[in-house]
Amino acid sequence: MNQPKLDLSPKVSDEVRKTTCYMCACRCGINVHLKDGKVAYIEGNKDHPVNKGVLCAKGSAGIMQVNAPSRLRAPLKRIGPRGSGKFQEISWEEALNLAAQRLEPIRKNDPSKLAFFTGRDQSQSFTSFWAQNFGTPNYAAHGGFCSVNMAAAGIYTMGGAFWEFGQPDWDHTKLFMLFGVAEDHDSNPIKMGISKLKARGARIIGVNPIRTGYNAVADDWVGITPGTDGLFILSLIHCLMKAGKIDINYLARYTNASCLVNGDEKSSEFGLLLRDINGKELVIDRASGKPVPFDKKGVKPDLTATHRAAGVTNRTVMHYMADRYLSDTYAPEAVEKRTGISAKRIRSIATEIARVAFDEAIEIDVEWTDFRGETHQKMQGRPVSFHSMRGISAHANGFQTCRALHVLQIILGTVEVPGGFRFKPPYPKPATAHPKPHCKVTPGAPLDGPHLGFVHGPDDLALRDDGTPARIDKAFTWENPMSSHGLMHMVISNAHAGDPYKIDTLFMYMANMSWNSSMNTRGVMDMLTDKDENGNYVIPYIIYSDAYSSEMVAYADLILPDTTYLERHDCISLLDRPISEADAAADAIRWPVIEPDRDVRGFQSVLCELGAKLNLPGFVNGDGSQKYADYGDYIVNHIRKPGIGPLAGFRGDGTQSGRGDVNPNQLDKYIENGGFFVEHIPVGANYFKPWNIDYQNWAVSMGLYDSPQPYLFSLYVEPMRKFQLAAEGHGNRQPPDHLRERIKATLDPLPIWYDPTPKNNADDFPITALTQRPMAMYHSWGSQNAWLRQIHGFNPLYLPTKLMNHNKLTDGDWVKVTSPHGEITVPVMEMSALNENTIWTWNAIGKRKGAWALEDNAPESTKGFLLNHLIHELLPPKGDGLRWANSDPITGQAAWFDLKVRLEKVHTLDESQPAMPAIRSPVGVGPKTLSWKIGK
Amino acid sequence: MTQLPQTTTKKLGLVIDLDTCVGCHACVISCKGWNTENYGAPLSDTDAYGSDPSGTFLNRVHSYEVQPDQGPAQLIHFPKSCLHCEDAPCVTVCPTGASYKRSEDGIVLVNENDCIGCGLCAWACPYGAREMDAVEKVMKKCTLCVDRIYNENLPEEDREPACVRTCPSNARHFGDFSDPESNVSRLTAERGGMDLMPEQNTKPVNKYLPPRPKDTLSKTSDDIDVLAPYLEPIAQETSGFLGWIDRTLEKI
Repeated sequence: MNQPKLDLSPKVSDEVRKTTCYMCACRCGINVHLKDGKVAYIEGNKDHPVNKGVLCAKGSAGIMQVNAPSRLRAPLKRIGPRGSGKFQEISWEEALNLAAQRLEPIRKNDPSKLAFFTGRDQSQSFTSFWAQNFGTPNYAAHGGFCSVNMAAAGIYTMGGAFWEFGQPDWDHTKLFMLFGVAEDHDSNPIKMGISKLKARGARIIGVNPIRTGYNAVADDWVGITPGTDGLFILSLIHCLMKAGKIDINYLARYTNASCLVNGDEKSSEFGLLLRDINGKELVIDRASGKPVPFDKKGVKPDLTATHRAAGVTNRTVMHYMADRYLSDTYAPEAVEKRTGISAKRIRSIATEIARVAFDEAIEIDVEWTDFRGETHQKMQGRPVSFHSMRGISAHANGFQTCRALHVLQIILGTVEVPGGFRFKPPYPKPATAHPKPHCKVTPGAPLDGPHLGFVHGPDDLALRDDGTPARIDKAFTWENPMSSHGLMHMVISNAHAGDPYKIDTLFMYMANMSWNSSMNTRGVMDMLTDKDENGNYVIPYIIYSDAYSSEMVAYADLILPDTTYLERHDCISLLDRPISEADAAADAIRWPVIEPDRDVRGFQSVLCELGAKLNLPGFVNGDGSQKYADYGDYIVNHIRKPGIGPLAGFRGDGTQSGRGDVNPNQLDKYIENGGFFVEHIPVGANYFKPWNIDYQNWAVSMGLYDSPQPYLFSLYVEPMRKFQLAAEGHGNRQPPDHLRERIKATLDPLPIWYDPTPKNNADDFPITALTQRPMAMYHSWGSQNAWLRQIHGFNPLYLPTKLMNHNKLTDGDWVKVTSPHGEITVPVMEMSALNENTIWTWNAIGKRKGAWALEDNAPESTKGFLLNHLIHELLPPKGDGLRWANSDPITGQAAWFDLKVRLEKVHTLDESQPAMPAIRSPVGVGPKTLSWKIGK
Repeated sequence: MTQLPQTTTKKLGLVIDLDTCVGCHACVISCKGWNTENYGAPLSDTDAYGSDPSGTFLNRVHSYEVQPDQGPAQLIHFPKSCLHCEDAPCVTVCPTGASYKRSEDGIVLVNENDCIGCGLCAWACPYGAREMDAVEKVMKKCTLCVDRIYNENLPEEDREPACVRTCPSNARHFGDFSDPESNVSRLTAERGGMDLMPEQNTKPVNKYLPPRPKDTLSKTSDDIDVLAPYLEPIAQETSGFLGWIDRTLEKI
C-alpha cells in the first residue's frame, strides 16, 4: 500500500485577531485567522466568557458576510422616486453636509421633528447619548417589537430578566423549563447549558407550540396553545401554593410578600404599599409585632400579618396572593381546555417542580451575610430554573405572562440561589435604580435626560403639558404606560398619520422597516412613499444606515453605508447590553481586524462627525472642534460619570477595573486580552446578589451602583396600581375616558391572564400563525449569506397533520392564508410535532426581488414569504375613530404572535403572493460561483 | 480496485449524540469553513446567489420526524458525514487508488491528485457521505480534519476536528475507538452507541448515541399515583393557607 505523504502540520494562518462576533445578538468571542491580510477562517475563542470556544453556524459563516456582494459601497443619494432604488453614489463630505443641512434647522427650531430609531443596535448607550444631545425625545431601538415584555416584567418584578440579565445556574440546576424560546437569543450559551444538563441527566421541559431545536431535545414537550402560557403558569402557581410547595422563608425575607398594602378603599392610596417617612416599605416584625421598615437590622418580616390602623385593616401582599391564586379559577381543570394541556399533565409538571425544588434542594458550604446583618452559614438552593424570551413576550398579554413566570420562580425561592436563576452584573438592578423616561424638548439644546427608562406612576409619563404624547411612538402614554423600550413598530405609522404630530426627518439604523421588521409591510411601503396634496412626501426626509443592500435602502433619501462587523470598533458595554456571566462582570470590543475595501464608515464614527458638525454639546470640545475622532476614540475617552466610561476593563494605569481614569491604551489592552475583559465576583458574593452585602459592596467598587442597593422582589408591582388608581379617578394626571376600563383591567399589580385576541372572531380565524428564527440564520441582519442560504433558502408554511388532512393537503401544495388584515398564498409542508391548531414558518427568509444582491429568481423571493403581510400595527377599527395599536396595553410590545388566520387550499402558483415588484439593486447581483480560498 | 489495510493502528472517529444535537448546523458550517480553506480543493458553491444554490459540504444535518406508538411526534436531528468504515466500499471500488484508508489511524481520504472524478465511490457509499465538487470535479469527503488533529501549528487543545471544536451542544466527540478507555469508547459503551445501517457490513467507525426516552413525565403519574403526596393540599382557602404559613414559619 502506497499512502501519499501528507503535510499534517500545514500553516493555519499568518495571524489570529480576536474580536467579537456580530452574526446575531449573542456576542461570542471569535478568532479571526488572517492570511495575506484577508479573512481565511473564523472559529470560537476558547477563553471567551460567552462561548468558551464554540461557535454556531452563523458565526462560522462570517467570512461569507464580510465578503458579501450585498455590501453597500459608498454613500448614496436618491435620484429616482422613493422606493425605486435609483441612487447616485456621493462622497462622504457631500453625504454629511446633506445630513447636517437637514438636521441643523430641526435642532434649532424643534428637535422633536427628528425621529431617530436604531433597530438592532448594540451601541444604544452611545446612540441614545447622541439623540439626547441632539435634543429629540424620539429615540429608541428595537426592543418594543422584540422582547420588552420579558425585560420590563423582569426588571419591575425582580431587577432583571433572562439572557443579558441572567441565566440558569447551569452547573447546579436539576430541572430546567423553557418557554417559547426564539432559537437565536443567547444561542450558544443555551446550547452549552443544555449539554451540561444532558450530561448530568437533568430534566428539560420545553413549553412551545412547536417542537424544534431546544424543544426537540427536551425530555418533555408541552405543545401549548399559543397565548395561554400565563394561564398555564398561574395554574402551576395555584397547585404549588395550595400544596404549600413554596419557599415561605424566602418570600418573607426577600420579597414584598410581607409588605403591607393600604386597605382603605376610600383612600387615594388604596392598594399602595405602606411606607415609613423615608419611603421604605413597611413590614410587621415577627418579634415585636410592630411595623418597621423592611431593611431594618435584624427584622424578621411577618408574611401573614394584618395591621389595623384608623379603622382600616391593612394586609400583606401574601394575603392578596392567596385570595387570588388559591381560587379555582386557576385550578388545572379550569384551564386545561384553553391551554390545551390536560389537568393531569399540569399536575404532573407541578409535582415535578415541587419534588425537585424541595426534595432535591442543595446546599453550598459558603457563608454569606444579608442586608439585615444576618449571617447564613450555607447557601441553600432550589435547583429548578427557567428560561424564556420572545415567544411568551410577543402577545398582548405578554407583560402579565412574563410577570407570572417571574413570580413562579420567586415563590419557589429559586432566584439567585444555587441551582436556580442567577443575575449577571450589572444586574440585579431594580426598576427604581434605573432612570425614568425624559421628554422635555428645548430648541437648540439637549433633552433633559435619557429617553428610555422605568415609570413609577402617572407623573413619569412622557406627556406634553396639554396631555398629548411627547413621543412620536406614543411610548410612556396611557395607551401603554410602561413602554420601557419605546415602540419602534409604531413610528412610521404614527409619523405618516401625523398622530400625535408630524415629523420632518426619519433617521434609522439597522432596521428593515419596509420588510420584515414591520407589521403590515405593504402598508408601510405605501406610507414611506405617500405624498401630500402638494406632491411632497408625507414623511419628508429619510436617512438610513445599513451595511447591506436591504429592502429598506430603496426607501431612504440618503444612505450612510456602514461597515461589516470585522471592519469596525464597537463596545459591548456594561452601560448597555453587556456580556457578563453570573460569576463575573464582563465586557468586550470589536476592532477593525480588516480594513474596508469600500468607501464605507462605521455608523457610530459617522455620528461622532455628524454630532460635531451639528455642534452637539457631547461631541465638540470647548473650542468647537470635533471631540471624538471616531467611535474608537469615544470608547476610550468618553466619561459617563467620574471614573466610569464605556469599557470597565484596564482603566487608569491599565490595572483598574470598573472605576478609573481614562487609559489611552485601553483598546490595546483589550486586544492583548483577546477582545474582552472579565472581573470575577468573589466567592460568597456570587449568590443572593440583591441581598448579599458582599455582592453589593463589590458592585459599588466596580461602579455598577453608587451605593449598596438591597431591595425586595416585587411580587406586587406597585407602579401598576398607581395607574389603576388614576383610571379610578385619583390624582391630577388622568387617562382619557376610553382607556380607563382597559387600564383598570390590565394593569393589575399581581399577575393575571386575559385572552390576548378577544377581538378576533374565533370562528372566522381559528388557527394561530407563528414565526421563529432558525438557529442557522439571523434573517435580515445578515446578507443572505451564501453558505447559510443553502440551509434555509426558503420557508414553507408548516402545518400540523390535522390541518393537512382536514384541508386535503400534501407537501408542496399551496394555501391561501387569510387574517383579519390580509392574505398571503404560499407553499405548505407537514409537521407532526406541532400544536394541532398552530401553523408556523421561519421568520424573514422571504426576500424582496432586487435586495441582498440575490438574483430575481432566488427561492427567497419566489417561494419565500413573510407573515408580516397578515399582521397590522393597528387592531381592526372599533368604530370609535381611534387608532388602537396591536400591542401589549402595558408596555406597547408588538403582539406578533396574536395572529389568527384561516386556510384554504388553492392551485399551485409560481410565486408566493403577494409578490412585490423588484427594486433596483444599488450593488447588482452576486457572483455565479464561489470557490473560496485565501491561502495559495 | 484499491485495497484496504488489514488493520489500522488506531481507529479514529466520532461519536455523535442524537440526544443532544439541537440541529443548529454549527458543525456543517465550521466544517465548510475549515475545509474550504484547507485540505485539497476549496468546497465550491454554484449559483451561490441564484435560484438553485448548491455547494459542496462534507457534513450535513438532516432532520426527521418520528412518531412513537404513544405520545407526540418527535424531531430528531441527524448529522451525517463519512463514517470512516473499516470495510469501506468507497475505497475498494476506486479505480485509481485515490480513495484510501490510512493504516495508522483508519481515516478514509481522497488523494485529489489521483482522483479522476468518476464518482464510483459516491455510488458505492451506502451513506451518501461523499460529494463531487462541481468546480474542481474531484471527490470531496470528511477528512476527520487530518490537517488539524496532528497539526503542530495549532495549540494542543485545538487538535480535533473543526466540527467537534465548534459544536455548541457538545454532541460531537472525537477519539480513538481502538482504545477501550478512550472518551469515545466509554461513551459508546455507556450510552449504547450504534452503528448506522449495520446490515451494510461496512463496519463504520463513527457511532451514534440514541436519543433518550422522551415525554415520560405525565406517563409516570398516569400509571401510578406515587407522586400525588407532593400536591396534597395544605388548605383550601386563604385563612387556612395563612395559618399553615404561620405554623411553618414558627418552626424555622
